Amino acid sequence: MKPATWPREAPLDNRLLVIDPRAASIDDAHVRDLVRLLRAGDLLVVNDAATLPASLHGRTAAGVPVEVRLAARADGGRWTAVLFGEGDWRTRTEDRPPPPEVAPGARLVLGGGLGATVEALHPLSPRLVDVRFDCDGAALWTALHRHGRPVQYAYVRAPLEPWHVQTAFASRPWAVEMPSAGRPLTWELLLSLRRAGVGLASVTHAAGLSSTGDPRIDAALPLPERFDIPARTVEAIVATKRRGGRVVATGTTVVRAVEGCAAQHGGDLRPGEGVTDLRIAEGFTPRWIDGLLTGMHVPGESHFDLLRAFAPAALLCAANDHAERAGYLAHELGDSTLVLAA
Amino acid sequence: MEIRGIGCIVTGGSRGLGAALGRRLAERGARVVLVARSERELREVVEGIRAAGGEAHGVAADVADEQAVYAAVSAAAALAGPIDLLVHNASTLGAVPLPLVLDTACEDLERVLAVNVVGPHRWTKAIAGSMVLRGRGLIVHVSSDAAVEAYPRWGAYGASKAALEHLARVLAAEIDGTGVRILRVDPGEMDTAMHADAVPDADRSTLADPDEVARRLVDLVERAEELPNGARVEALRWKVRDGGDEPNERVGDTRDEHRERVGNVRGEPAGNVRMGNVRTGNVRGEADEREGNERGEREGSERGGRVRRADEVVS
Repeated sequence: MKPATWPREAPLDNRLLVIDPRAASIDDAHVRDLVRLLRAGDLLVVNDAATLPASLHGRTAAGVPVEVRLAARADGGRWTAVLFGEGDWRTRTEDRPPPPEVAPGARLVLGGGLGATVEALHPLSPRLVDVRFDCDGAALWTALHRHGRPVQYAYVRAPLEPWHVQTAFASRPWAVEMPSAGRPLTWELLLSLRRAGVGLASVTHAAGLSSTGDPRIDAALPLPERFDIPARTVEAIVATKRRGGRVVATGTTVVRAVEGCAAQHGGDLRPGEGVTDLRIAEGFTPRWIDGLLTGMHVPGESHFDLLRAFAPAALLCAANDHAERAGYLAHELGDSTLVLAA
Repeated sequence: MEIRGIGCIVTGGSRGLGAALGRRLAERGARVVLVARSERELREVVEGIRAAGGEAHGVAADVADEQAVYAAVSAAAALAGPIDLLVHNASTLGAVPLPLVLDTACEDLERVLAVNVVGPHRWTKAIAGSMVLRGRGLIVHVSSDAAVEAYPRWGAYGASKAALEHLARVLAAEIDGTGVRILRVDPGEMDTAMHADAVPDADRSTLADPDEVARRLVDLVERAEELPNGARVEALRWKVRDGGDEPNERVGDTRDEHRERVGNVRGEPAGNVRMGNVRTGNVRGEADEREGNERGEREGSERGGRVRRADEVVS
């Protein structure tokens, strides 16, 4: 499936592949059709994490170019990051040269003179490191936003601007890549849904990197990810299920936050922060999420595996074949899929 | 809206009303992010708030800069988020000396609109969505009498504030019922460095203490739910609920009182004639206040006195 190379001007024109696992049907629609596809009493849950410009370019103390791509915020002022070699997003990830070797204690000088120290290497790969920046608070957040660039990939036609990688409801910058399932949701659509009696709720989930070019790290993705579920959202989800409504997750990150939280509490939802490393695939029975609004996922991706918890593999493959033939566009700037029993 | 623990962004927060608001909000337990162009000026205010035991952060940004908005909002959310209160306080006068409309360069008008209207729109777009999603939040638009009255030489600024207010009203109508509220505030004329620059020969005893205005605005924020969404409030006429134990010093004259005392300053008749209490037009003679002005442009204003409208309370 061809990737979309640029964000669409009119997000509601995004195509929507509608897969009904109960009816075993596949239909072509558009994102604006969500108003008729969702019903009063349903609940749409979105990820309100803003996207941090997580790609930082700089050099080692020896002057060797390096790209530091932040993967997650760890405890105690540390950040987990993936190191890339020379070049940038214009080169395909798998074609990037390896980064310089670093050891704990190594100094990195990033854009605008932002300094960092490598504190540890992960056993998984020498490219997966923990770093600590020289500054914190407003100085750090300002520097990250000033000198960082959004993570993007080679199929995108030009550098993405900050407004290209934020949803219309983004809040705290917990995501290092855009939680892109929420991209096509304009306020036009959200307020229409609300007027139609569809509830809206949010979680904040630290969407991580989707590809690193290092097979050892890629096999381990997604790494453990932080989430925060507000009490109001827990109440909304519970109330929706009680009245027979459907809980539709916008994006795999919402599925992982909600089901990850439930898995940690014997099936119950508890408000508050947590970390999930839940892998969702065929065989997993979602306790709270009934359906999923997401992008176009192809077999082989971990996102596709997650879809198999909501629909049979054969149906998903047939839908994928159909989408290919029908010219749906893939990846984070592309079209959307709704997996939901009517 | 309960102020303790909420995340707030105040633009134009390095001095004047913005800084005073930051201090007052932090005093009430809010987590305050002050935004202004000068990092140095911000640091002073932030350090002062922290020394007094409050939580404050400074994020340097130009409110009109499209690149800076997302960076600043995201940083603010990281430091104090989620953001429940946004105060659009930063503004510019535009070119000085303030020109007549016919002498106003188009580029200058565009710039005033860029800072005073489009800038706040950028920030609202970056923040309000999260508020609507969470079902809570308040956006305060600091405006001016110049948005309502037609004062000669205040065309660009006045038009920009009128535009800001109207956009705010429409927004309020669109998101009514979501739990997010919109307010418009006329802070009145305040004794700030900006005002002194604008009208050096003003009688300062007639001007309100920005800290007093900030006190009133904080009370207004707490009681925002009592007002219709989109309401307009004159700060100097807002009665603080529990009065506090602070004497109401230097509240400043209402406009009628001021006109009685001061009459016309500089006396340029701009062609408007006033007959008794019938308003046929306005000549503004009283000293004016440009609070929260980050751009540093200033000017003495040619104003005559004016008459207050009977219906001018809360619209």
